[in-house]
Amino acid sequence: MDAETLVPLAKAIAMGVGALGPGLGIGLIGAKAMEAIGRNPEAAGKVFVPMLLSMAFAEAIAIYALVVSFTL
Amino acid sequence: MMIPPAAAEPLFNIGAFPITNAMINGWIAVVFFVGVAFIARRRVGLVPKGIHNVIEGTIEFMLTEVEKVTGDMKRAKQFLPIVGTIFLFVLFSNWLGLLPGTGSIGIWATHEGAIELIPLLRPAASDLNLTLAIALFAVISSHVIGLMALGPVSHFSKFVNVRGIFRALKKGPMAILVAVIEFGVGLLEIISEIAKVLSLSLRLFGNIFAGEVLLTVMLGILAYALPIPFMFLELLVGIIQATVFAMLTLAYLTVATQEHEEHEEEQEPHSVSPPTPLATSSTLST
Repeated sequence: MDAETLVPLAKAIAMGVGALGPGLGIGLIGAKAMEAIGRNPEAAGKVFVPMLLSMAFAEAIAIYALVVSFTL
Repeated sequence: MMIPPAAAEPLFNIGAFPITNAMINGWIAVVFFVGVAFIARRRVGLVPKGIHNVIEGTIEFMLTEVEKVTGDMKRAKQFLPIVGTIFLFVLFSNWLGLLPGTGSIGIWATHEGAIELIPLLRPAASDLNLTLAIALFAVISSHVIGLMALGPVSHFSKFVNVRGIFRALKKGPMAILVAVIEFGVGLLEIISEIAKVLSLSLRLFGNIFAGEVLLTVMLGILAYALPIPFMFLELLVGIIQATVFAMLTLAYLTVATQEHEEHEEEQEPHSVSPPTPLATSSTLST
C-alpha cells in the first residue's frame, strides 16, 4: 500500500472527522436557541439571526476541513 | 446516474473564453433582475400597484432586517444595496437550480476524453468561481466602506495596531503588555480576513453543489416521488444559505464601520476590557 492509494482514505478521514466537531457545535447552538425560544417565544425573531450567524461560524470549521480534503 | 463533477463544464467557446453551464444559469438570474428593474422603473406612481407592491414590500422588509443588525438607519440605507442584491441574487439562482431539467437536460459531448452528458443548466452557485467572486466583492467592499467611514489610520490599526502601542506608552507597563497582545491579535485578523473569503465562498459552493449531488443520487435510486422531500430540503437550504451569506456580509460591513473599542478606552482609561463593545465585535469579527 503506497501513499497514492491512501489519498482517498485521507480525504475521507479529514472530512469525516472535521465534520464531527462543527456538527456537534451546530447541534448545540440549535438546541440552545430552541431552549431560548421555548422560554421566551416573543424573542424568536431576535434569537434567529444571531443563531444563524453563530451556526455559520461553527460551519466555517467544517469548511476548512473541506478545503484540506480538496487540497490533499 | 452521473455524479456532476466539481467544476462547471464548458458548453461552447466565445473566442478563447469558455461558456460554462453554471454561467448560463447565472446570466438568467442577472437578466431576470434587470428585467424586473426595468418593469419596476416604468409607470412609477405615488400609490404602488401590482408588482410595485411586491418590490416595495421586499425592500421594506429587508431594510428593517438590516437595521436590526446595523442599529441605525443611515448605515442600513447604505448597506442595503450591497446586502439585498447579494441576498436576492443568491436566493434566485439557488431556487433556479431546483427547476426540473437543471442537470438532466443536456448535450452529449466529449468532456475530458470521455463522451458524457453535459447538462445545459447547472445551479449558478455550484461553480466555485461565482461564489468566490461574490465573497471577494463582499469582503473588499467591507474594507472600502470601512476605509471611507473611519479613515485610513483607524482602519489599518485594526490590523497593524502600532497606534495602540504608542497610546499605551503613556499609561504604564500593564497597558503596554495589553497593547502588545492586541498587536498580535491584529495580525491574526489579517489571516481571518482571508478565512472570511474562503469560508463565505466555500460554504455556498459546498451547500449548493452537495444539494445537486444529493438530488442526482436520489433520482438515480428511484425517480418516482423519492426526490420530493429532498427537493423541499434544498428549497430550505437555498433560502438559508442566501440569508447566511447576506447576514455575514452585513456583519462584516457593520464591524468594518465600527471604531475598535477606542471610544470606551478614552472615556474610562482604567477598564482593560469594556464588556459590551468587546462582546459584539468579537462575536462578529471571527
